[in-house]
Amino acid sequence: MDLHVVGPLASPAERAGIESVVGPREPGLGGHASRGGHAARGRRDLLLPALHAVQARVGWISQPALNEICRRLTIPPAEAYGVASFYALFSLASRPPVVAHVCDDIACLARGADQLCADLERTLGPAGTPSADGRTTWLRSPCLGLCERAPAALVTVAGEEPRTFAIAPATTARVAAELSDAAIDISRADRWPSAPIPQAGDPALRLLARVGRVDPASLDAYRAAGGYEALGRAFELGPEVVIRELLASKLVGRGGAAFPAGRKWEAVAAAPEHPHYLVCNADESEPGTFKDRVLMEEDPFAIVEAMTIAGVTTGCERGYLYLRAEYPLAAARLTHAIAEARAQGLLGPDVMGRGVAFDIEIRRGAGAYICGEETALFNSIEGKRGEPRNKPPFPVQVGLFGKPTVVNNVETLANVPLIILGGGEAYARIGTEGSTGPKLFCLSGNVTRPGLYEVEFGATLRQLMDLAGGVEGGRALQAVLLGGAAGTFVGPDQLDMPLTFEGTRAAGATLGSGVIMVFDEAIDLPAIVLRIAAFFRHESCGQCVPCRVGTVRQEELLRRLVAGRPNGSRADELRLFDEIAQAMRDASICGLGQTAASAVGSALHGGLAG
Amino acid sequence: MTADPIWFRPAPRPTHIPAAPERPAPAQVAFEIDGRPVTVPEGSTILEACRTEGIETPTLCFLENLTPVNVCRVCVVELEGARVLAPACSRKVEAGMKVHTDSERVRTSRKVVLELLGSSVDLSTAPDVAGYMARYGADPSRFAAPGAPAATVAQPVKIDNELYVRDYAKCILCYKCVEACGADAQNTFAIAVAGRGFEAGISTEWNVGLPDSACVYCGNCIGVCPTGALMFRSEHEMRAAGTWDEAAQTRTDTICPYCGVGCTLTLHVQENDIVKVTSPLDADVTNGHLCVKGRFGFAFVQERPAPE
Repeated sequence: MDLHVVGPLASPAERAGIESVVGPREPGLGGHASRGGHAARGRRDLLLPALHAVQARVGWISQPALNEICRRLTIPPAEAYGVASFYALFSLASRPPVVAHVCDDIACLARGADQLCADLERTLGPAGTPSADGRTTWLRSPCLGLCERAPAALVTVAGEEPRTFAIAPATTARVAAELSDAAIDISRADRWPSAPIPQAGDPALRLLARVGRVDPASLDAYRAAGGYEALGRAFELGPEVVIRELLASKLVGRGGAAFPAGRKWEAVAAAPEHPHYLVCNADESEPGTFKDRVLMEEDPFAIVEAMTIAGVTTGCERGYLYLRAEYPLAAARLTHAIAEARAQGLLGPDVMGRGVAFDIEIRRGAGAYICGEETALFNSIEGKRGEPRNKPPFPVQVGLFGKPTVVNNVETLANVPLIILGGGEAYARIGTEGSTGPKLFCLSGNVTRPGLYEVEFGATLRQLMDLAGGVEGGRALQAVLLGGAAGTFVGPDQLDMPLTFEGTRAAGATLGSGVIMVFDEAIDLPAIVLRIAAFFRHESCGQCVPCRVGTVRQEELLRRLVAGRPNGSRADELRLFDEIAQAMRDASICGLGQTAASAVGSALHGGLAG
Repeated sequence: MTADPIWFRPAPRPTHIPAAPERPAPAQVAFEIDGRPVTVPEGSTILEACRTEGIETPTLCFLENLTPVNVCRVCVVELEGARVLAPACSRKVEAGMKVHTDSERVRTSRKVVLELLGSSVDLSTAPDVAGYMARYGADPSRFAAPGAPAATVAQPVKIDNELYVRDYAKCILCYKCVEACGADAQNTFAIAVAGRGFEAGISTEWNVGLPDSACVYCGNCIGVCPTGALMFRSEHEMRAAGTWDEAAQTRTDTICPYCGVGCTLTLHVQENDIVKVTSPLDADVTNGHLCVKGRFGFAFVQERPAPE
């Protein structure tokens, strides 16, 4: 490959950022040639970290900065540009260093995000307008995963010591104040909102037992609370027994697809090709979902321990935790937890003195819902556009870097220590026949106490809503969105639906990632449904035709219906919608396209939108 | 006593010419297409099996000399027991598979995919699409409403060099040009897919013009483009002037005169002028790919003295 890189050189700040990821330049490495050779090309996976480093230092990625990355990693500039332009959080145009990303997605819309954005437009100017001093701006953002404290905003401050912090709940005055404060005093310590869970301290909790009670920054506290007993037990049992217990537990994936976790582990453990990789999918981006964020922020060692169990059981020496970039607190706490575990010999070349190597690396997403799809996630770690791959082959055969890969959601992994310590059969007795174990549900929207709730599988929608104090202000319920943007709307007549995989399936709904978003009678539901359609249009990767164009046509059709100007009759439009939806469901490459019409369709057919 | 110098004796001449050991014949896989039992070599795709069986399958992003990317989804088929449809171009045949190529689900998906493309992209110079549309009864106009036209990828033609033009209003994002520019043929990597979703498009870095990019003008992207979005500048200008007349053109295969590789050229000639050069996909030297000289270096053939 003849690398063709021309143009001015990167600024010192840009170069410092890049060198913090790829190391200092070799002396004599000229401006127009790359001498990294095969070794440099082999680190293509550093592309996203390098882009992040520039974005964090400077606030945007200039052509000279991208060129410098291309030289250092021997990546053709066209490809690097294709990658950088794929991710919404990378800016390829000059932008102020301080940016407030204000969520205008569905959970926040239900709690006043439209008003907040309108006020911001009035006081700060339209989204994207730089402030008078050019230091700050604000942008609209898809779901930030702070739904229990909606409406939410995330402020990113670029500089030598870049920072990211959340404002939730956000008000116009707070966003404006934080923006001006951040612009003036960039050295101020980060402030995090506390994230208590409504059920904190309940002795029946299993997954959330330590949340709010055990210091998430202390490995000693974690061990005193029973931490790392499961890893020790896993070593005693050996991989075969661990996998047998996992199969007996009937644990299925909690990310949305509900695939048996034990079958993945079994397949990778037996795969003859090496190395094996473990990936923890923490790219929680389904609107309304924040369960993994709470687990990672409040109980980070549990995730590190569970990943270690998965790694040593399936023969992986390296695990990647792919974390969405919108979760800075989770990133900080996990980074700390990994370093602590490494310092105490619980990660590294000799885990627990058992002669087995395993370590974890955190990789951050950059604003792409699609990267929660497992194969898109692999491509993203590999430094490519987050486009899903065709399956088969499946990740257990050909996964990350083309090798056998176990990929599990954060909540799925959080169940593993319970299974190791309590036994697979005992675990399988929790919940129902078809849905075993405890389950986390993310309640948001118009409920009295939004937040993360843990119940045993089998609880009904009504029971969950009662746990959260019912509809806020005693208002009447209009609809509930189950499973997030890729889920389904259900009406007030369906509250006795058991929230199990089989129960929701029987009702034509879906459990998805455990989203329960409640909308009261005062909510403009057509606006919510339109926002879902806009979300999919924005988040489609663009690879396959049914999704790339289908999501656009879906949004156009919905706009016509909501505006009361159907093309022909409403029934004509519904027939057209159903055909688009069928093609998206049947012919799209991945789960995004296959479910992009699900919630919109359930709203249209349920008479909830226009 | 003398030792028998047995090791000096030359080995007897072989009585037959040594040959490579015989390769085992590829295992055969038995499965069903549309109720018919079919047997194909292991590793075949469903598309290959369909073609052997004479079942016509529409394709847009597939080409024999490129790695299948299966993004256009116009070749999808139904597999019994599968939740979603599968792309025939890349899905390998498995024993016992039951494939349906003309079921209701297949017809609907193919039709809607063609409609989605037809409603957003200018397909006027895509040779195969009209036939597909007719076959599946596709009506791309039904997404537009009075006063609310359907969004398209319409944009001005990019003309920034003497050799070829890029009209991305005609681009269906099949990824073929990116593959041909990259690891499947040229290894130049001058273009890639940039942006996301409906805004995604083929682009050089920062959308710079081709002269500023890594492009070496091999034109292999033109050779693989299924819609005429990438076109010889000569063809583009003749079409604009209304003088492009494919029916009046002859195609003559010859060997490229430039170097010793010996690539097969197909000269497209109209009124005694070379208007376009291609190479047959099945030419064993080129697999359809050429270099800048073979593809564009034909002007010297038709240098004519200026009229008196």
